Amino acid sequence: MRNLSKFLIVCTAYALVCLLGSPAVFGDTLKVCTTCKYHSVKEAVRQAKAGDIVLVDGGVYKESGIEITQPISLIGRNNPVIDGQNSGQIITIKSSNVKLEGFTVQNVAVSYMRDDAAIRVADRQNIQILNNTVLNTYFGIYLQNADNSVVKGNIVKGENTGKIESSLGNAIHVWRTDGAEISNNRVEGHRDGIYFEYVTNSQVHENISERNNRYGLHFMFSDGNVYTQNIFRENGAGVAVMYTRNIRMEHNTFEDNWGAAAYGLLLKDISQSVILNNTFRRNTTGIYMESSSRLDITSNDFDRNGWAIRLLSSCIQDTFRLNNFTGNSFDVSTNGSPTMNLFEHNYWDKYNGYDLDKDKVGDVPYRPVSLYSMLVERVPPSVMFMRSFMVDLMDSIERVLPSFIPESLVDERPSMKKIDHDSDRKLVQNLR
Amino acid sequence: MNKLIKYVLYDIVRNKIIVAYTLFLLLLSIGLFHLGGSPDKGLLSLLNLVLLTVPLISIVFGTTHFYNSYEFMELLVSQPIKRSKIFLSEYLGVSLSLSVAFGIGVGVPVLLFAPGATGLFLLLTGIFVTFIFVALAFLASVITRDKAKGIGIALLLWFYFALIYDGLVLFVLYSFGDYPLEKATLVLTALNPVDLGRVLVLLNLDVSAMMGYTGALYKSIFGSGWGIAIAFAVMVLWVLLPLLSARRVFQKRDL
Amino acid sequence: MIAIENLSKTYGKLTVLKDLTVHFEGGRVVSIIGPNGAGKTTMSKCILGMVLPDSGDIKFNGESVLRKYAYRSQFGYMPQIGRYPENMKIRQVIEMVRDIRKGAASIDEELIGLYGLKDMYDKRMGALSGGTKQKVSAALAFMFDPQVLILDEPTAGLDPISAEILKCKILKEKKKGKLILITSHIMSEVEEVADEVMCLMDGAVKFHETISGIKHHTNEERLSRAIAKIMNEED
Repeated sequence: MRNLSKFLIVCTAYALVCLLGSPAVFGDTLKVCTTCKYHSVKEAVRQAKAGDIVLVDGGVYKESGIEITQPISLIGRNNPVIDGQNSGQIITIKSSNVKLEGFTVQNVAVSYMRDDAAIRVADRQNIQILNNTVLNTYFGIYLQNADNSVVKGNIVKGENTGKIESSLGNAIHVWRTDGAEISNNRVEGHRDGIYFEYVTNSQVHENISERNNRYGLHFMFSDGNVYTQNIFRENGAGVAVMYTRNIRMEHNTFEDNWGAAAYGLLLKDISQSVILNNTFRRNTTGIYMESSSRLDITSNDFDRNGWAIRLLSSCIQDTFRLNNFTGNSFDVSTNGSPTMNLFEHNYWDKYNGYDLDKDKVGDVPYRPVSLYSMLVERVPPSVMFMRSFMVDLMDSIERVLPSFIPESLVDERPSMKKIDHDSDRKLVQNLR
Repeated sequence: MNKLIKYVLYDIVRNKIIVAYTLFLLLLSIGLFHLGGSPDKGLLSLLNLVLLTVPLISIVFGTTHFYNSYEFMELLVSQPIKRSKIFLSEYLGVSLSLSVAFGIGVGVPVLLFAPGATGLFLLLTGIFVTFIFVALAFLASVITRDKAKGIGIALLLWFYFALIYDGLVLFVLYSFGDYPLEKATLVLTALNPVDLGRVLVLLNLDVSAMMGYTGALYKSIFGSGWGIAIAFAVMVLWVLLPLLSARRVFQKRDL
Repeated sequence: MIAIENLSKTYGKLTVLKDLTVHFEGGRVVSIIGPNGAGKTTMSKCILGMVLPDSGDIKFNGESVLRKYAYRSQFGYMPQIGRYPENMKIRQVIEMVRDIRKGAASIDEELIGLYGLKDMYDKRMGALSGGTKQKVSAALAFMFDPQVLILDEPTAGLDPISAEILKCKILKEKKKGKLILITSHIMSEVEEVADEVMCLMDGAVKFHETISGIKHHTNEERLSRAIAKIMNEED
């Protein structure tokens, strides 16, 4: 539905462009290469009129400060490289309806005052940034106030070895934008992989964000977005999303986010959202939830995380259904007694109840919060006693005679068998 | 000394218990690796069992062996040999044979199913725990002449290190939860060789065993070369302390 | 050869040796007698370093033996009840001790031959009768040609022929100038082999005299009577 409406919008836009300025449609092609009329991208772009195509052939162009002020297409053939040589921002798009495709853009120095990026769009709409490679820059692709823009198929790779967070920019940075599409990008080595602030009604899908110093995905105040089939891997602090409502996260993979303060997914003040069919694997914390309410967390896999879920007592009315919890050190931990949350039909590998009536639902409730997890929550150094015989004993006794763990956190109908989400997921993978 | 160890070893090997122990560990390890699914899971289950059974068997076997070798030691004491030599030969004989049993029983399956640094740490830990608990066994044995009492003390020691100590520490941690306890916990861990071994293996295991800020802190300590070196140095101390005090008592006691 | 000076030993509240001072010369067989619990075995064990005295000193050829071990190469010891590692064979026990005492000048295998131990070399110690174990103990004690032999109840458990063999061996070794200390309760035996009798009572020397001296002193022909007489006199 949404795609259809978008298609209509694009068509309308094209129709408008056709009507308003016919030269734009049948624009000229300005070629840039060593033997062409133009040797410099900057020069060609300056000469281009609305609707022109600037075609840049392979080679290294040592340029920066390229400003696109007309609705043109800047297309690279045979992988041209624009090397900014650390002399400021490289491409600034100051016109709507611009297409930028097929370049390698590299070397932008750190600039704390201007936030220099390889490619920046400022206050213009309908921009398409496709299949570029951005290497060794401060910010990678920076959209501000750029409604209905598409960032697709790009690789943004930073140099973060040995650097601290504050000297790094974000790979894809979007601010105050509506209806953006960020897809099939590969981002790594920056501060945040994908950064959204006040971004609404946007699509983020099939991106891979890994090895960023801080967050693989970071958004705030960005309502109504959909995140599907992304992979967030080995980011310094995982993924953090805050102060947002009405989002959907489906079929994403959060894995190998390890460290002192790393989360597969950190939810702070998130409400009325859906987290469906995701995989959380080998994270320090699978999902960390603070002040988050009315979330539907269904059909996810939590595998081999330190904590699968840390549910702080400020969370209310969250639903956890049909999830698989396997090989986690702690399934659920909490700092108090969160209320009105529902756990139902989840599979817990630590469950050792029975199913006499053979309805595939355990006859005894499962309490996913262990006494020891509460102790660790209260006294973090006690992690040192993990897997100690005493701890196992303590937990077993508490499970039989619960007296400390919160009464409300209980799965009354635990699933006896691991729930198969795989067929669903395989289908999705095939579609990719 | 080598000759004495040879005879002690011979005596132990003739004893079927050591063979049974090897087979027990072997079956256990192979079973756990098959059940566990992933090698890491197998290692984790194995770690738990190793840290429970190896100290128990070592301390009980060490104590009974000591009492059963009274005649042997009597025979030797009237010969021109230093007492400490007799004692150390007995000690090395027992700990070496138990270590070999452990090395075969656990080491071979680990090499087959989960080779790598963690497996190596598990083996080293097991061997250290063997040496430590045989030393504790000998200490228990020289304290009293009564075999039943000696085994009683040994079992109490095992119970203390395997169970009570952790309970006490957790209680202390809970009671003083409002204070920063990172360093204190580190020290408390070092005061129990079983805990030290467990942490050493866990922190080097590539699963989500240790987490969060504290986990990362400890991992940075125990994961570094220095941390590992210090941990093993503490283990060595854990061998030497009971062993040397037991030797002291043994040299002064009447046979 | 051996001088014991002011030796005291207590086990808890029980005083076993009380300021014991005694002196033994080489070339003599000394029989140590006394009631049960008088401290005979404790004294022997003190000499061998198996029991550490509370105070006093023991000198062997003028040198203190306390906390030393090398002097034991000049000692042979036959315990009252020989206890051996059950899993070892006779051969292994003998070889082991030989292994330990490698420096010994000469090896005396006479008793091994006389007792026919070689035929039983492959028997486990645990399977041996008390008497056979005693034979092994005796063989080991004499094997390294020591200057001092300490025999604790040597003939108890031995059959008469084996006991006779042992007695002959004792006399033979005495002639080589050795000191032989025997604790025994059998007076006829004492009379047969010993030159001197030392009687311990409550951890102190009751008397220490040559056999002829005792007989002369008490006007008795038989040693057992003579000793009984001394005992009674004291009461």
